[in-house]
Amino acid sequence: MKTALTIENLSFAYGKKKALNRINFSLRGGQCTVLLGPNGAGKSTLFSLITRLYDTHQGRISLCGFDIKKQSRQALMRLGVVYQQTTLDIDLTVLQNLRYHLALHGISRKQGNKQIQEELERLNMYERRYEKVRQLNGGHKRRVEIARALLHKPSLLLLDEPTVGLDLPSRKSIVEHIHQLAENQALSVLWASHLIDEIYPDDHLLILHQGEIKARGSVNHVLLKTETDSISAAFYKLTHGVEK
Amino acid sequence: MIIVHFWRVMVGIISRELLRFLKQKERFISALVRPLIWLFVFATGFRAALGLAITPPYETYILYEVYIAPGLVGMIQLFNGMQSSLSMVYDREMGSMRILMVCPLPRWFLLICKLIAGTVVSILQVYVFLAIAWSYDIQPPTIGYVYLFPVLILSGLMLGALGLLLSSFIKQLENFAGVMNFVIFPMFFMSTALYPLWKIKESSLFLYNLALYNPFSQAVELIRFALYGQFNQYAFWVTLAAFIIFMLIAIVGYNPSKGMMVKKGGK
Repeated sequence: MKTALTIENLSFAYGKKKALNRINFSLRGGQCTVLLGPNGAGKSTLFSLITRLYDTHQGRISLCGFDIKKQSRQALMRLGVVYQQTTLDIDLTVLQNLRYHLALHGISRKQGNKQIQEELERLNMYERRYEKVRQLNGGHKRRVEIARALLHKPSLLLLDEPTVGLDLPSRKSIVEHIHQLAENQALSVLWASHLIDEIYPDDHLLILHQGEIKARGSVNHVLLKTETDSISAAFYKLTHGVEK
Repeated sequence: MIIVHFWRVMVGIISRELLRFLKQKERFISALVRPLIWLFVFATGFRAALGLAITPPYETYILYEVYIAPGLVGMIQLFNGMQSSLSMVYDREMGSMRILMVCPLPRWFLLICKLIAGTVVSILQVYVFLAIAWSYDIQPPTIGYVYLFPVLILSGLMLGALGLLLSSFIKQLENFAGVMNFVIFPMFFMSTALYPLWKIKESSLFLYNLALYNPFSQAVELIRFALYGQFNQYAFWVTLAAFIIFMLIAIVGYNPSKGMMVKKGGK
């Protein structure tokens, strides 16, 4: 599988306060990686650097081989993002929001309509395309955002705690959908989360604490490395230094 | 292929801004009510107190309402520019700005698209205002409405760029009240929107100098002359220069490695 995201020696600081320190990892296509970390671990900073909201000063980020700084157009074209906060325009309809996203990615309306139908149908939202976003509940808004992030067929999907604030059935359906996408479309997923019950046994873990990667690899690998029997115990040990 | 992408992004951003404007009826109404109150209430009240000598581009004595109409056109564009800036700060706080910022095109281009979109909206407001003003006997020559169009593009871009510049440095929505007090009101009142320069000079030389170098004054004069089929070259160059300066600072402000992002983010 091709490498979707490569991060090499990435460091970042807010003034004198280090947020990320020499981060190195890469993600392959079809791989679902859960980024775990307590508040202030550097997850949001990492996402802001990958999406080029902040500029990279130390280290290198590349998406599908394209440097985010030097070849940002090619790199960003391969990136889909779902932020923690809703980023849809609530005064516009679902369709208008999705068309706006297509325009930002230079996709024609004719080609885009097909993709909108495909993505919305997959999430059972096609019937609601003419509704204003304001009228949708949290779970449905989230589905629209996931559909939007996939419209331009990205290679890497970044999800910043997408299930926060959702009820259990909505959370379950979104988690299932994302895992299916990774498996069926060879999509690489980087999923920041606090919710350990959302992790599948086949997922990869990336545990970030105080701006440093404390563990990475498959769930089994992390459990073996930490000599624990559950992800929550491993997470606690890595972030607190002792086993819970 | 890249040109097509640029074109689609521009059309997409303008369409979204127009859609938002048309759906937010309150915004449309309030954008019109403000200058209309000035025209119907303020100008009527001051008509008797403020006599105006013949001053270019007018060829005869005019009513005060006629004098302030171009100033009110400028006011519409000034407030629209600030409204766009406010919505940028709001979008940034709410997160929807991120969607625009991760678009795979240069950030300067995205900002220019935003600016053009805001200008298109302001031009729509101006022509609706002028249609209402026409029924109130403010009737410049028909050709003036045609000459006005390119001038509105430039003045709208200049005032929108000022809004963009401000939005790049305003960190929170709450700080926007300061913009009203320290930017919009001084800019509007220390200009030729309400009184001609010679009249300001009679009262205060200091104020006269401020009004003379206020880019909003020059935008208003550009509008005033165009509305009467004339071209004010000095006002044109000052407005153009102000646009370029404001735009360049705004682009730096939104550059992830140089401006606002660094202050909000880090190094």
